[in-house]
Amino acid sequence: MRGRPNLFTRYEADAGIFPSNTQRVWFVIGLIAVAVLPIWLPRDWMILIATAFIASVGVIGLNLITGYAGQVSLGHAFFLGIGAYAGAALGGAATDRVTGLGIDILIWLPAAGLAAGLVGAIIAPVAVRLRGLYLAFLTLGLVFLGEHIFREWDSVTGGPGIGREPAELSLLGWRFDLDGTIGGFNVTREQQIYWLGLVVLIFMGFMAKNLVRSRIGRAFAAIRDRDIAAEVMGIDLTRYKVLAFAVSSFYAGVAGALLFTVTGFVNTASFNLLLSINYIAMVVIGGAASIAGSIMGAAFLTLLPRMIDAAGDVLPFLEVGSQGILSTSQLERVIFGVLIIAFLIFEPMGLYGIWIRIRNYWKAWPFSY
Amino acid sequence: MTTFLQATVAGLSLASIYMLLALGFVIIYKSMQVLSFAHPAIMLFAAYMVSWFSVDKDLNFWLALALGVVAAGAMGWLAERIAVRPMIGKPLFAIAILTIGLDIAIRTPINNLIGINIRSVGDPWGFGTWQIGGVVVQHRAVAMIVTAFIVGSLLFAFFRYSRVGLAMRATAIDQEVALAQGISVGRIFSLAWIMAGAMAALAGTFASSDLSGLSQSTYIVALKALPAIVVGGLDSIGGAVVGALIIGLAEAYTATYQSQHLSFLGGNFSQVVPYLVLLIVLLIKPYGLFGTEEVERV
Repeated sequence: MRGRPNLFTRYEADAGIFPSNTQRVWFVIGLIAVAVLPIWLPRDWMILIATAFIASVGVIGLNLITGYAGQVSLGHAFFLGIGAYAGAALGGAATDRVTGLGIDILIWLPAAGLAAGLVGAIIAPVAVRLRGLYLAFLTLGLVFLGEHIFREWDSVTGGPGIGREPAELSLLGWRFDLDGTIGGFNVTREQQIYWLGLVVLIFMGFMAKNLVRSRIGRAFAAIRDRDIAAEVMGIDLTRYKVLAFAVSSFYAGVAGALLFTVTGFVNTASFNLLLSINYIAMVVIGGAASIAGSIMGAAFLTLLPRMIDAAGDVLPFLEVGSQGILSTSQLERVIFGVLIIAFLIFEPMGLYGIWIRIRNYWKAWPFSY
Repeated sequence: MTTFLQATVAGLSLASIYMLLALGFVIIYKSMQVLSFAHPAIMLFAAYMVSWFSVDKDLNFWLALALGVVAAGAMGWLAERIAVRPMIGKPLFAIAILTIGLDIAIRTPINNLIGINIRSVGDPWGFGTWQIGGVVVQHRAVAMIVTAFIVGSLLFAFFRYSRVGLAMRATAIDQEVALAQGISVGRIFSLAWIMAGAMAALAGTFASSDLSGLSQSTYIVALKALPAIVVGGLDSIGGAVVGALIIGLAEAYTATYQSQHLSFLGGNFSQVVPYLVLLIVLLIKPYGLFGTEEVERV
C-alpha cells in the first residue's frame, strides 16, 4: 500500500489513531519540538503554555460529552471546581483554616478526577431524562449551586475572596514546583510544570482518542446523532449517557486540580458560568468532536490575551488604553465573543476544520482548485 | 403574618421582573426554537440607555424609558439579523452557544460604559412607600406589578386576536407550513426579537430602580429568569408567568425566612434558590410544568 496512504484494507487501520506513517512521523517530530521548546522559552510563556496543556485536558473532557455524545453541558466549571478542591484537600497543606492531607500527586491527581467523575455519575441519572436545552439548564443550575457550596464549605475551599493554597506538586518526593537538577542539567520550576502538563495531556489525549474509536465512542456518536435511533439499535442510553458524564467529569476533575495548582491559587469565585462558557468556546473554536481540535481550541483561547497584547505593540491603533472605548482586556473579551459567533457561522468545524481544509489543499497540490 | 405579606410583596415584584424577561425568552423560543442567552446583555444595554437618557441627558423619565425600549428592540433586531439569522437550520445547541458569544460581545462594551459605579435610572417612584396594614409597599413594586400585568395581558390579547399574533402562533407550530401559507417567517423572527428586547428593557429598568441601582452585576437578574421559563416549560407563555411567580416567591420567602430557620445553608442562599427550584422541577417533570413534551419518534 505504499504511496496510497488513504487506502485501507483493514478496519483496524481505518480506525487507527494515526492512519498513515506520515502522521506518525510528523507527530513524533512535533512532539519533540514541543518538548524541547522550554529550553529557550521565557518563563511566563512556559506557564502560559502549560496552562494551555492542562486546559486542553478539560476541553477534551467537555468535547467527549458535548462534541461526541451530544449532551450539552454548561456545567463544566462545577466539575473543574470539584477537581480543584478535591486535589487541594488531598494534596495541599493543612492550615488552621483549611484541611489538607499533603498526599503525593500520584494519589491526588487521579483522586481529584475520580471525585469529579463520581459526582458526574451521581448527577447523570437525572440528566439522562432530559434532552437538549433542558439539559443545558440543568447543568447551568449546577454551576450556581456549586458556586454556593464552594463559598460556604470554607473548611475545604477557604471561603470566598480568601481562597486557599492548591495541592503540592510532589511526585514521590520530587518537587515540580522547585528548581532542581535532572542528570546534571538545571531545570527551572516553569520547565518542570511545562513538561508535567505535556505528559498529562499526552496521556489523557491518547486515552480519549482510544475511547472515541472504541465501541463506547461509537455508541456516543450514535446517541449524538439520534438518541432514539441509537436506542432502537440496542444501545443502552442510560448506561452510555452516565458513562459520558462520568468520563467527562473525570477529565474536568484532573484538569481542575492541575490548573489551579499551576496558576497558584484557588478562589471560590473562579468556578462560575464564565469559566464554563470559556470551555464551551474552546470546544466550538477548536472543533466539536475532535481531540486535536480540543487542544487547538484550548491553546488558541489561552494564548489569545497574549497575542492581543503583542498585536497591540505592533499595531498601535489596537492599543486603545484606558481613555479609549475599550481597555485591552475588554477588547479581548469582545474578540472572544465575536470569535464564537464567527466560528459558528462560518466554520462550524472550528480550527480543526480549517486545518483539514489546508491539509486537503496541499494533498492535491498542484491541482488543488 | 406581616412578615409573610411583606415577603409576598417582595416576591411578586421580583416575579414581575422575571416575568417580563421570561416572556421575552419564550416568545423567541416559540418562534424560532432558539434560546437567547443574549438576553442579559440586551437588558443591560436597555437599562444603560434609560439611565443615560434620563440622568446624563436629563430627559423626562418616561421619554427615556420609551427611548430605552426602542433601543433594546433595535438591538434585538440587529442581533437577530446579523448573528442568529445565518444560523437557521443549524443545531439548536450551536445557536444557543452563539447567543452566549453575542452576550459577551454586547455586554463587555456596556460594562465599560456603566463603569464600576452604581448608576441611577432616574425612576419617578424613588424609594417612596405606602403603609398598608403594617406592610410596607414600595411605589416601584406597585408600578412593576401593574406593568407586568398589563404587558402580560396585552401579549395574551395580541396572540389571541391580532393577525400578526396568529402568524406568530402559526410559525411556532411549523415554520415551513407557515411559510407556505404566505407568512413571512423571517419578519416574524425579527418581530419576536424586537418584542423580547422591548420587554427586557422594562425589566432592566425596574431591576435597576431599587437600592442596588444599575451596575455591571445587574445582568444576573436575567440569568435568574432562566429558571422561570424552565419551570414553566420553554414554549409556554402561561408557563412563563407561573414559573416567574414560583421563582420570585420562592426567592423572596427564602430571603426572609432562611436565615432564621435554615441558617446552615449559608448566607445569600436565596440567590441560588431559583436554580434549586429548577433542579427539583426538572427532576419531576423533564419538560417543565407546562412545556410541550417531545414526541419520541425515530
